[in-house]
Amino acid sequence: MSKVHLTIDGKKVAAKEGMTILEAAQSVSVSIPTLCHQAKLAPYGGCRLCMVELDMGDWTRFVVSCVYTVEKDLVVTTRSEKLDSVRRNILELLLAHAPDSPKLAELAEEYGADRNRYEQDASFCIHCGLCVRYCAEVVGKHAVGFIDRGIRKEISFIPEIAAKECNECKECFPLCPTSYLQAAFVLAESLVFPKEVSESASKK
Amino acid sequence: MNTKNIDRIIDKHQGTADSLIQVLLGIQSEYQWLPKAALERVGERLQVPMSRIQHIATFYKAFSLVPKGRHQVHICMGTACHVRGAPRILDMMRDLTGISPGETDQELKFSLETVNCIGCCALGPVVEIDGKVHGKISTAETADILEQYK
Ligand code: SF4
Ligand code: FES
Repeated sequence: MSKVHLTIDGKKVAAKEGMTILEAAQSVSVSIPTLCHQAKLAPYGGCRLCMVELDMGDWTRFVVSCVYTVEKDLVVTTRSEKLDSVRRNILELLLAHAPDSPKLAELAEEYGADRNRYEQDASFCIHCGLCVRYCAEVVGKHAVGFIDRGIRKEISFIPEIAAKECNECKECFPLCPTSYLQAAFVLAESLVFPKEVSESASKK
Repeated sequence: MNTKNIDRIIDKHQGTADSLIQVLLGIQSEYQWLPKAALERVGERLQVPMSRIQHIATFYKAFSLVPKGRHQVHICMGTACHVRGAPRILDMMRDLTGISPGETDQELKFSLETVNCIGCCALGPVVEIDGKVHGKISTAETADILEQYK
């Protein structure tokens, strides 16, 4: 397959056709921060943290590297003052929802984001969609999905499926950048599909 | 709700996964809501997981996952209607029907909803019931208007 040649942070990269800028960067160990990206899942572009700059000659273009596929002769910059401020702002907005997420705290440190910049409205889920997509794309069970939209959007387990599948799997739990997924699961389990008391007793 | 009827709606839209929204709209307009059994049938026939159906059914305001009344009452709360007394009409509607916006009464007669501008500000305050516009109404007339709907 023909190679696509581009430059990322001054490094020459020969990428495979159809690769995203993020993958091309990772192939030459240039790191770009991500939140909603997961190598096993289809590109999603939900968090915008992985935004990079393209040098278009007399102007600069901002694109989302986890969904933007490589093109010949692109000149990509993965870190600049402008990008830092974009990332800082995204992180500050997310921190208003999930102030204690270790993953966010680590990124906040790197980009100097202030977790108290926006009024806190702890809803915990940051809508990265990792749990929903993992369950659908990798496990193929569709036990959890999103409901509603905008500020009311949240995850919701499908009780009939979750009751059967989740206890054996739980593979999505470590993917969640906050602890909301686990909390939501325990809550849904106790309210909608409580484990039989005898069943949990017999496992002991 | 019977499965045959749901199947008929599904068949009308070729029964493929990309017609999901059309199928849901068809069910919504026939039943005024999306019963769970209907959604399960749709999922089975179109091969769409319930998580996706749920996402779409809760995303669009056109869909309802709870039964709606026989008559849909929309009270305009847009600026023009507002200054012409819409809040008082809303209070009156609340008293008469015993329900608040977003709710349906127990007899499934009325569902109440507030909207932001129906586009006929000169007629304010406006109430739209089942698509029919009642303009320039006063609180005193509200009861008479509701009387027309059985
Ligand atoms: S629960 Fe966690 S993994 Fe799932 S969408 Fe929300 S933040 Fe992402
Ligand atoms: S990692 Fe690219 S948008 Fe989230």
